[in-house]
Amino acid sequence: MDRFLPSPTARILLALLAILALAPLVFPSTFYYRIFTLISINAIVVIGLVILLGYAGQISLGHAGFVGLGAYANAIGPTHLGLPPLLALVLGAALSAALAWLVGRPILKLRGLYLAVVTLGFGILVQMVLVNESWLTGGPDGMAVEDLGLVSLVKALGLKMKTAQVWYVFSGLMLLLAAWVALNLRDSPTGRALRSLHDSEVAARTVGINVARYKLIAFVLSAVFASVGGSLLALFNRFVTPDVAGFIHSVELVTMSVLGGAASVLGGIAGAALLTTLPQALTVFHDFETVILGLIMMGVAIFMPDGLLPNLANRAKRTRRTNR
Amino acid sequence: MTALLSVQSLGIRFGAVRAVNDVSFSAKPGEVLSIIGPNGAGKTTLFNMISGVYQPSQGRIRFDGADVTELLPHQLAERGLSRTFQNLQIFHQMTALENVMAGRHLMERRGILSDLFGLSTTRRHNRETKQAAEALLERVGLADIAHREAGGLSYGMLKRLEIARALACLPQLLLLDEPAAGCNPVETEEVEGLIAQIAHEGVGILLVEHDMKMVMRISSHIVVLDHGEKLAEGRPEEVRGNPRVLAAYLGVTEGEEETADALD
Repeated sequence: MDRFLPSPTARILLALLAILALAPLVFPSTFYYRIFTLISINAIVVIGLVILLGYAGQISLGHAGFVGLGAYANAIGPTHLGLPPLLALVLGAALSAALAWLVGRPILKLRGLYLAVVTLGFGILVQMVLVNESWLTGGPDGMAVEDLGLVSLVKALGLKMKTAQVWYVFSGLMLLLAAWVALNLRDSPTGRALRSLHDSEVAARTVGINVARYKLIAFVLSAVFASVGGSLLALFNRFVTPDVAGFIHSVELVTMSVLGGAASVLGGIAGAALLTTLPQALTVFHDFETVILGLIMMGVAIFMPDGLLPNLANRAKRTRRTNR
Repeated sequence: MTALLSVQSLGIRFGAVRAVNDVSFSAKPGEVLSIIGPNGAGKTTLFNMISGVYQPSQGRIRFDGADVTELLPHQLAERGLSRTFQNLQIFHQMTALENVMAGRHLMERRGILSDLFGLSTTRRHNRETKQAAEALLERVGLADIAHREAGGLSYGMLKRLEIARALACLPQLLLLDEPAAGCNPVETEEVEGLIAQIAHEGVGILLVEHDMKMVMRISSHIVVLDHGEKLAEGRPEEVRGNPRVLAAYLGVTEGEEETADALD
């Protein structure tokens, strides 16, 4: 009887698709297409962190560094090297993967918080380079990003859509792709190896899992997600500044991934949605962003250590049980 | 029959403490070799050295014809050595079934791209792994709770889950660290039957267990440790009558009025 129901992965993807398809019906203005696009792009980065933090249990405090690499790949590649934007995106992801491999390889053999410390340094380093090498990056003022050409492509196909709508659809599809890949990974041999080292490294070793190798796989994968997210962000905004690689952005990303429930793709998307929307909804958020981020982090750690979604699910279960 | 595992003057020091000193023995396929001794005798430390978790500071370990002293746990697993833990090491956020599926890691061909995009190779592996894991859960009597999250299972269930996960590696040698701890008498009897069956299939078993009745019934051979050193070894009935063993266990000096029943 189970086989007539869609698999859990299919159900999650269908739910996401339904939300993305129905949301525009209640959008009061095109501004909301922009917010949802930002949510999708942030969620892609956060899904990468879900693989690293939620599946494999490793923390990175410099993931914005990879977002920055992806973003600047799409700024520098077309401007200075004449690369097509899509190729710049792919090369940015490859560069991020290579750097993650180089940084992670010596570190991930060690246990404990070394990765957090080293990624922290890595993020700061990337941002410093982006600020200081102004001949290449435009320095603190940032630089313009060439058009991906999506809108003209849509026009050429004879469809009548606004730019914001085109990006809404495109980023939504990319989010679905990212979620699909991460969900596939979860229930695969590699995913099981990642999730087992999250819970017990020593047991993972004794069933033959090369712990250092799998931590590295998770780190490289998450860097690719971050880089692709960064490229999309740059292409969407048509402008980048070094802040995109900054420490605050890294903390924001980690907060998004733990807020919703770090172990789940859906939780990551929920976290990204909340923290992307809040600053738009509350102007006070903008002035005290760092403070509020810190408070949210502390609140989650103290009151909902499993994150928002698992916590709500548990509460729902408990209420159901008491009602019975 | 040649030895499957042979341990030669093995020892380890933590700072100034000699946790295990100059221990030698060997284990054969299809036999249960028990390691007994009072708390703190070094049994678990010995297991940790044999399974590669600790690097011994003296002595050699030979397994399946090769020197494996310096190998890491995952390399030993590749050669057919797997284990369970005294203080459970469970993948508690995974279901019981997934725990055992993770144990099949070495039997799966892993392609990262196939896993990311859910290609047919991955789907086939998932199917095969799931079937094998279900059969193992059935074998340890946990088929009913296959889809429950491991974190919520009872201690006795988790002990058996660890055995199933270790069996999923298709070991030649299985190290069981107190498999019956926390089990009720019925469960203990089931665990004992299971161990006998696994040994009967040709797997060598190294057993640390506090239930002496079970140890005496099931073991082909017993090694007694005390203060990190080998005190005695032999068949169960030999060890049972050994006055030095009694002294170590009961804290009595030799010659005092004690009977072998104390070990029952």
